[in-house]
Amino acid sequence: MTEILGVPVAVLSGQLMLGIINGAFYALLSLGLAVIFGLLKIINFAHGAMYMLGAMCTVLMFDAFGINYWVALFLAPLVVGCFGIVLEYFLLRRIAGQDHIYSLLLTFGIALILQGVLTNIYGVSGLRYSMPEVFRGGMNLGFMFLPYYRAWVIVAALLVCFGTWFMIEKTRLGSYLRAGTEDSQLMQGFGINVPLLISLTYGFGVMLAAFAGALAAPIYSVSPVMGSNILIVVFAVVVIGGMGSIAGAVITGLMMGVVEGFTKVFYPEGSAAVIFLVMVVVLLIRPSGLFGKEA
Amino acid sequence: MTITKKLLTTAIASAMMVGGAQAEISNETVKIGYLADMSGTYRDLAGPNGLTALEMAISDFGGTVNGAKIEVVSADDRNSPDSSSSTVRRWVENEDVDLVAGLVASSVTIAVSNILEENDKLGIVSGSAASSITNEHCTPNHIHYVYDTYPLANGTASAVVKEGGKTWFILTADYAFGHALEGDVTRVVEENGGEILDAVRHPFPTSDFSSFILQAQSSGADVVALANAGADTTNAITTAGEFGLTQSGQTLAALLLFLTDVHALGVNSAQGIQLTTGWYWDMNDETRAWSDRFMEETGVRPTMVHAGIYSSTMQYLNAVKATGSDDAQTVRKQMMDTPINDMFAKNGIIREDGRMVHDMYLAEVKTPEESKNEWDLYEIVRTIPGEEAYRPLSESKCKLVTQN
Repeated sequence: MTEILGVPVAVLSGQLMLGIINGAFYALLSLGLAVIFGLLKIINFAHGAMYMLGAMCTVLMFDAFGINYWVALFLAPLVVGCFGIVLEYFLLRRIAGQDHIYSLLLTFGIALILQGVLTNIYGVSGLRYSMPEVFRGGMNLGFMFLPYYRAWVIVAALLVCFGTWFMIEKTRLGSYLRAGTEDSQLMQGFGINVPLLISLTYGFGVMLAAFAGALAAPIYSVSPVMGSNILIVVFAVVVIGGMGSIAGAVITGLMMGVVEGFTKVFYPEGSAAVIFLVMVVVLLIRPSGLFGKEA
Repeated sequence: MTITKKLLTTAIASAMMVGGAQAEISNETVKIGYLADMSGTYRDLAGPNGLTALEMAISDFGGTVNGAKIEVVSADDRNSPDSSSSTVRRWVENEDVDLVAGLVASSVTIAVSNILEENDKLGIVSGSAASSITNEHCTPNHIHYVYDTYPLANGTASAVVKEGGKTWFILTADYAFGHALEGDVTRVVEENGGEILDAVRHPFPTSDFSSFILQAQSSGADVVALANAGADTTNAITTAGEFGLTQSGQTLAALLLFLTDVHALGVNSAQGIQLTTGWYWDMNDETRAWSDRFMEETGVRPTMVHAGIYSSTMQYLNAVKATGSDDAQTVRKQMMDTPINDMFAKNGIIREDGRMVHDMYLAEVKTPEESKNEWDLYEIVRTIPGEEAYRPLSESKCKLVTQN
């Protein structure tokens, strides 16, 4: 069998596949962060909590009302997105235009409150959510056993990422968004409701996180603390990609999933740190990130 | 010459007695500090419900001991040895805390036990797993009460090897506890004629285990052993199920599973898993009676850690009452001299290395058909006598154990 650095190629192909799957989650989450930062200039530390809410919502809607996976995949992001809009309207709006640190602290506080309250109610052991029937089992790719659900994760995440990029970069609504954040007074002069546009953007960014959460519910242990670990990694991804760069966030997310996946084979102890190592190197060489515009 | 020697010994002995015999309770208060993970990965197995168990013990004891009041303070250890060290230092140096209870993450316990030794205060460890806590890290100031990695390996690993699982792949949480468990498992597997093919250390905590499960699959080992705990274990078991690990003929062995983990997984995913536990709520009338009271307070069934916190607090308060002192060494000696007979353990003995030796149980998770309600989870397969379960003193590296 062919080997690279003592590891069979078959194993590496499997890890590449898994890296892309994990990267798809990073891409979805960092995309939402990048949209919110790029258009609103808010550093959204509540993003991990929104991911968690998406997953919790999926599980709780099933437990309480028997709402199935497909409906939840649509409904959970919608519910959490509305919650995001409420947050934006009542809290974030009040500190618009202030230094970044205010939005960072406010969203971080919101995240801690959400996590704390839900931990008190549901504990941390994780809630049960069973895999939808259609996704039971998997296919043998020759080099690995790929569960159907993981394949679906890649498809769903990439579709949503592409859709988001297309909407912001290529549609009229997207151009309003970009213009509104560039010069809101001028846009208002054109008769466009900029505050509404901002609320919707925040809600949309949050929806992306909640969608990732709903997607994660069948495969990861769903608990109120699930967002806090992933948040920091996702921030590192956004920094590597370049704050505010939408395509950059997606590509970097996938790349970092793969980098982390390979580290788990060659030096598993370092897999929690490798993304931060990359971040340090990137910041030293290109302070504005891989895809960021030079300041 | 002999006379001088005798004189000297007497003098030293009496000096020690003066030093040790503080037959009084300092500040007229027995103060217990409860330190545990209150919000992170290990919250449910100890956490706020452990504090409830501690308070149940104090209230059952009567709320006072020899007229002195009993006070409780608590703190979140955040699974951080650093922040826990500063909490405990403040407790023992400025706030007159006599006993530190709870103690969950092994890394926290090892850090805290050094501070307890410096200040000569007592710690009772109910949540931690590392067997090194009463081996190379033993101090005269702590007692390890509920379980440790030695019997976990002895119970589960030897049972699995005897069923034919000869080659092993170990997935280890990369910190003190995981390392201790990995070491103990390796010893048991090799002693029973098995072989360790590979051991991979994953960061603590890890949420995605797919990469490690894939490595385990390609190793071709008979047994994939999980030397981790809490959400790491449940995540790994879920992922193993998703990737069809057991369908392809490999056995999954979870070396440390708490009742709360099995409850979170549900009998559908966890059925058939063998595990070693120090206690189970549904063993006899005594355990059921206490568990019913606990459930009334908390809404959930107690883990072995919750029961251990209750039992050890009771033992501690009884020892304070008997000696009329809250001096660490006086109380510890009294606890060592008193066998433990309660709902938690029968004929439990605290050894000089601080290890509380009691019977352990090999359990198997029930099938959905067998399980009558959401907490009806274990079938006790075998009782492992305490002397067989725990590391014998003859193998001890503890400085308190005099080897003959």
